[in-house]
Amino acid sequence: MTDTRVDTLSTGAEAGSATVPGGGAGPGVDVPPRPVIQIVPLKGLPVVAVVLGFLVASIGFNWSWGLDFNHVAGGGLWTGIDLFVGLVVGPILGRLSIPARAEFSAKFMPKMVLVMPTLVAMTLASGFQLALNLGNLKASSPNHAWLMVSFVVVGVMAVIALGVLEPANIAVLFEMRKPRPNGEVIAKLMKRFIYTAGITGLMQIATLVIMTRVASR
Amino acid sequence: MSLSNPAASPVASAPRFAPVAALGTAALVLIVVGGVYMASYAPRRPPLTAPICLAAASAALCCVNVVMLMRTRGLAWDKFFLVGRWTLLSYVIAAGLIEFAFVKDHTRGAPLVVLTAMLVLFALDVPLIISYTVARYQSARSDAS
Repeated sequence: MTDTRVDTLSTGAEAGSATVPGGGAGPGVDVPPRPVIQIVPLKGLPVVAVVLGFLVASIGFNWSWGLDFNHVAGGGLWTGIDLFVGLVVGPILGRLSIPARAEFSAKFMPKMVLVMPTLVAMTLASGFQLALNLGNLKASSPNHAWLMVSFVVVGVMAVIALGVLEPANIAVLFEMRKPRPNGEVIAKLMKRFIYTAGITGLMQIATLVIMTRVASR
Repeated sequence: MSLSNPAASPVASAPRFAPVAALGTAALVLIVVGGVYMASYAPRRPPLTAPICLAAASAALCCVNVVMLMRTRGLAWDKFFLVGRWTLLSYVIAAGLIEFAFVKDHTRGAPLVVLTAMLVLFALDVPLIISYTVARYQSARSDAS
């Protein structure tokens, strides 16, 4: 079954049923259609627009509940998804067969293209505004030093996300859309996720410590 | 993890491209450091020497990057521009959102100019890194080898 699927990925069929001329399942066997990959899920764009509109309105009108909602919901999801994917989904994915990995990634990664930047924008923009409103950014605030550390943590995560992971994510999706995806290129790009998972996990745990510390003062 | 012909090993024998993504990431680091430095002074007016130096260094790296990019042969330019225009749009929106937040918080004068310059660099640099990364792996040279 595994061999059959790998063969299908290399036959050039973009979508629809494919016939495998050789392989473990025997000649002339119909295999499931290969998913067509949409790099940016267009159906998600209106949702992103609504969320960003809500964020802008919350900042524009200094809407206390809106800022809290954006920061807590966005931050919780951002940290939760990052840690869950890095510590739970990633290792499971690494033990799956290549076709299963490819199929999961084809459906999972395009969603991340929209979800993660939106959550990051929600969290950071509302967080900065909240810190200003609560006076936590003032040098005299007991939380000032903690927030400076959180800025550095966010800076490290921003560089990893924008300079390393997002380009790899998009490049993998483009590779997977090819009639003959090159597994080595995909593997090379996916290594970036493995190398940075530890740093991102550490930064997210640091964020949890800092934010709970700030909130409890 | 080979999905295609296992006999071919395009990564191992892939042609070397200029380190545009690496330089772009270095430019991004400088912008982020400058941004964190300025944000750490909020709501006070930050000293601008360090952010201006960081922004200038980042701009210089971006210029070197553009020159290297123009000299690159065999890049999948169609993919570069396809990805570039959409990522540029999304990062212009993101930079605009950040600018809006700072203007709303009464950032004015020289700090706003420096911040805007950093955001312009940010909005140009990240799409450049993304579109270049996509295009170099979609290139004819990469496929041929």
